[in-house]
Amino acid sequence: MLQNVKPFPPGSYSPLLSSIVRYLLMALMALFLFGIILLLSGQNAILSYKDMFVSTLGSLYGFSEVLVTMIPIVITALAVALPARVGLINVGGEGQLYIGAAFATWGALTFQYLPSWILLPLMMLLGMFGGALWAFIPGYLKAIGLVNETITTLLMNSIAPKIIGFLIFGFWHSAMDTVKTANFVPAARLPTFFGTRIHLGLVFALLLLGFFWFIMKYTRWGLEMRAIGGNPQAARRNGIPLKGYLITVMCIGGAIAGLAGMAQVSGFYGVLFLNFSSGLGFMGFLICWLAGGEPLGIFLMSFIIAIITTGGNLLQLTRDLPYAVINILLALTLFVVLARPSFFEGRKA
Amino acid sequence: MSLLSVLGVLSSAIFSGISLLYTTLGEVVDERAGIVNLGLEGVLLVSASSGFAVTVVTQNPFLGVLVAMLVGGLMNMILGYLVIHRQANQLASGLALMFFGFGLSALIGKPYVGMKINPLPRIPFPGLSSLPRVYSSLFSFDILIYLSIPMAVFIWWLLYRTRWGLGLRAVGENADTAFASGRDPRLIRYQALFLGGLLAGLGAAHLSIAYTMNWTEYMTGGRGFIAVALVIFSRWHPLRAIVGALLFSGAVAFQLLLQSSGVQVSPFLLDTIPYILTLLVLIAWGGNGKQSAPASLGRVYHGSE
Repeated sequence: MLQNVKPFPPGSYSPLLSSIVRYLLMALMALFLFGIILLLSGQNAILSYKDMFVSTLGSLYGFSEVLVTMIPIVITALAVALPARVGLINVGGEGQLYIGAAFATWGALTFQYLPSWILLPLMMLLGMFGGALWAFIPGYLKAIGLVNETITTLLMNSIAPKIIGFLIFGFWHSAMDTVKTANFVPAARLPTFFGTRIHLGLVFALLLLGFFWFIMKYTRWGLEMRAIGGNPQAARRNGIPLKGYLITVMCIGGAIAGLAGMAQVSGFYGVLFLNFSSGLGFMGFLICWLAGGEPLGIFLMSFIIAIITTGGNLLQLTRDLPYAVINILLALTLFVVLARPSFFEGRKA
Repeated sequence: MSLLSVLGVLSSAIFSGISLLYTTLGEVVDERAGIVNLGLEGVLLVSASSGFAVTVVTQNPFLGVLVAMLVGGLMNMILGYLVIHRQANQLASGLALMFFGFGLSALIGKPYVGMKINPLPRIPFPGLSSLPRVYSSLFSFDILIYLSIPMAVFIWWLLYRTRWGLGLRAVGENADTAFASGRDPRLIRYQALFLGGLLAGLGAAHLSIAYTMNWTEYMTGGRGFIAVALVIFSRWHPLRAIVGALLFSGAVAFQLLLQSSGVQVSPFLLDTIPYILTLLVLIAWGGNGKQSAPASLGRVYHGSE
């Protein structure tokens, strides 16, 4: 089989370098495929790409926008990566993010007169509680062996945005608009830095990445989680509390996704509106899977995806293409990584 | 509340539920062969937009339906290449396919937003032509509606009464055993995905060419995910898929009825009914539900080199 042919002799390059080279080659391949689609729709592919890269990596502001886009997808990817370590497939990041955002919004609207240093931590806790609550149901049903968590998290993804719709239309909508809440008061907004849209959520994302890496590598919990992921029954016979772990880890995953929702509404938008996520949770799932659940990979993949989606904003403005078109480039990138062309000698995802 | 409005509700519920029945049937075929297609939402969108575009250009709705079907099949072939040939993870590949569909459908459909088409012609329900016109016009359906239940029976026959269907289900249960008994799991999975794509394309065609008669971005509104849920609800059985689609139509009808009778219940909450019911049904089955799922659903077939 072709998969056994190695393009470079092993050991002649460092693993980090090789993984960067591999990701770059994949990105080039995706760009080439998307170029064909751009040409077919009558656009100048080279100019479009130039616009995209100049607008994202060509200026400090563009770069800051890439970082802003990265925040929620890094966090939702971690919401998938942690449960994945005990063998749980959490496809429910999307729903957990919505419910987290709803709880945080409730906090922002109800306690808007509190000072920022109480209100923001309260909103974070509420967001995490909401996400954890939404993940508890699938986690519990899985732990008692009733229903598979993949199915339940998927179903609950579809329920969550409708609950948001119910809350906004029924109770929270502003006087001007029925599809959004009123703008959050300044005290309910996460602080931003350097005059850009980068908000405190970036710090959450990086801290969580670090925590995740540390816990998995250096703590007893990490070891026990890996044991459960490897062989749940063996882990249980060795005295690891299996059910407790499954439920707790799922809830923590949900809490992380809920925090992403809180960061989006409090840091990025400053308001809650219908369908505000548009697939952030699914994107996190994809990123986690493509990165094999490794913190560094999650960071790199999120960065690449963020460049693509941020650059896509500009394509819409300058090339008169529908915004959704950027999803094609995104999907082609994902296809290329998923297909792991043999000359990249990729790992099994 | 008049009889007329009740019948009107019934009729619109049928119209909105039919695309879901075809889509669910398609997903039943995919999953029976062991492949979860989470990209259904994207497949539906691309089929709906391309079918609509062809109908605008040629003014022939039947050609539009045909193209929508073929496009559905081709979209599923992408998934097939990734999960069968490249042995990629099915859930991740499906989600990637979904994003692909979001983008491609927007690109295809953009020039045709707001265009008028010749929809699929409607044929009055046989035996009702003697009724007053207001009633009979409510029950004149297009050909895809008349064909929906026969199609479910046909898929049941195909899966449970033919050798090909036996092979397909065998691959879904255990690909290695199927291989040992002389079948080619990869080929069968491609065939299943293609058939599933054709059916999803039919559903999408009904949505854009017969029911709404227009194209808007994200017009499927989560139907792809509802179909995945309904497959579980119908326990991977084509005939029970009819019940699943009825459940969805019923929820829509219930919602319209409540609205027209002035009861204030948030439509958002009513929209959650199909999902919550599916969830409850899954819990009620407990562990038994698993036995009806194809045993190697979602697993990669590594071949036997």
